[in-house]
Amino acid sequence: MNNSDKITKYFLFAGSFLILIVAGGMVFSLVGGAIPAFHKFGWHFITSTNWNPTEGRESYGAMPFIAGTMITSVLALLISIPMAFSTSLFVSEYFRKTPVASVLSTLVDLLAGIPSIVYGLWGFYTLRPFIMHLGLSPQGFGVFTSGIILAIMIIPYATSLSNEIIVMVPNELKEAAYSLGATRMEVIFNVIVPNARSGIVASYILAFGRALGETMAVTMLIGNANKVPHSLFDTGNTMASVIANQFGEADGLKLSSLIAIGLLLFIITALVNTAGKFIIKKLS
Amino acid sequence: MKVIAIRDNSNSRNTKNKIFLGIVIFFSLLTILPIILIVGELVVKGIGQINLSFFTEVAPDTLQAMVAKANGETIPGGIANGITGSILIVVLAAVMAIPFGIITGIYLYETPGKRYSNIIRDIADVLQGVPSIVLGLIVYLWVVKHITHSYSALAGSVSLAIMMLPLIIRSTEETLKMIPGTLKEAAVALGVPYHKIILRVLIPSSFSGLLTGILISISRILGETAPLMLTTLGNPRINWDITHPTSAVPLLIWQFYNDPNMVELIWSSSLFLMGFVLTLNIISKRISAKHSIH
Repeated sequence: MNNSDKITKYFLFAGSFLILIVAGGMVFSLVGGAIPAFHKFGWHFITSTNWNPTEGRESYGAMPFIAGTMITSVLALLISIPMAFSTSLFVSEYFRKTPVASVLSTLVDLLAGIPSIVYGLWGFYTLRPFIMHLGLSPQGFGVFTSGIILAIMIIPYATSLSNEIIVMVPNELKEAAYSLGATRMEVIFNVIVPNARSGIVASYILAFGRALGETMAVTMLIGNANKVPHSLFDTGNTMASVIANQFGEADGLKLSSLIAIGLLLFIITALVNTAGKFIIKKLS
Repeated sequence: MKVIAIRDNSNSRNTKNKIFLGIVIFFSLLTILPIILIVGELVVKGIGQINLSFFTEVAPDTLQAMVAKANGETIPGGIANGITGSILIVVLAAVMAIPFGIITGIYLYETPGKRYSNIIRDIADVLQGVPSIVLGLIVYLWVVKHITHSYSALAGSVSLAIMMLPLIIRSTEETLKMIPGTLKEAAVALGVPYHKIILRVLIPSSFSGLLTGILISISRILGETAPLMLTTLGNPRINWDITHPTSAVPLLIWQFYNDPNMVELIWSSSLFLMGFVLTLNIISKRISAKHSIH
């Protein structure tokens, strides 16, 4: 290997090194910024439900936002599962390779392209009045409204991967089941689902990870109350929405508490995404 | 697999089968209902406000909007400050992210299986899942506090560049994997230097794939609002100075949404933003469908 080749190799290596620096710097900054909050409140910061910015009696706890994030995201996941599962079956099994399937999958893909703030607007001006009309909640804001919007937002992530996995189920297996007289539905539940299970689960985990960090749509719809929501139709806040809402007027201990919430959100999403990717890696 | 009894209960099994097909079709149609409703609503409410001044004038202040509304006129002005700001921020982000993304992607392709490159790949995967608001927080700490000392276009670009980076890395690696190995071997056999193999063989033969990755990552960041709220803040005037607060289309939508006098403007701005993002999406899908090898 001559010199110019070596230089090229080192150049590529150096370029790839940047991402290490960026990732390391991100963790370093988040931890550094969060230290004052953890120093003041200790582990209590995570479990406390008190969020009081009054000067002199400042007290910050992340529990309302952790709870809000978890409840809205789990709700979104539960709502999205029947829709995503049906869409995957529609595209990859029932109507595979037909024009109607490609139209459907293109439309579902487009859902992923709509900006979060547009979802928020639609939720605010169309979904929220509808929920009020149903009498579910007086203002229409809250966990339920956010959960529906989040579900719509994560459906394309849940479907695109499950589609690939369902298509990969060997045809021989399906044909064998059909030849035994199984119906389409029996093939789906006895052959396709068991074969594709871990891939489908992984795609839902990754979609769940998306829901955890969504900001704008939730900020516009959850009602911004700094408390643990008590019912599906109660208002609340998520980790992402409290950062978006309160960052503007934050400094000192409050800023540090928001950064600490950002750190917790970072850790949670990283764990969830790694779990999803880990399952996929085991598959391939 | 369960043993499936035939004949004795085939009628109820057939009925179940049909009902299930009905359920699948119902939920599939329910899934695409939102996109039809959203696109429809934005077009109906937004198209009327889109005219020449929408692209050439800056956003009105709340007083101008209030006066116009009181007189029953359409709200004056447009989103020129947002469009120019978005262009500035996105172009800057692309300039930062694309070279490093492609270099890292080539590195991962060239050193498969190495421990270090596996770590880099895993980090890229983790970065891809980081919520954009957290990126906003981090870049606020880096750029706003320590480099530009104020909210700035540069800060917004850095946060968007970090979003683009993992997408470009992974799409570069995946695209390169699809190139036939014989192409590279032929070049090596001819004694072509390594950097020329990359510049003259690898990049040109994977160009459409790289372009798709770049377009998809740009369409992903164009509509981002949350990180920009924490980094570029917004600006009522057109600004080309990267060290100053700058507006962007998503930031303007957020501003209109929060100002009861200007609420009418959210529809046209959202229509414009969504139309742009979706068009970019469709173009990139077209390119990749036309040129993909498999």
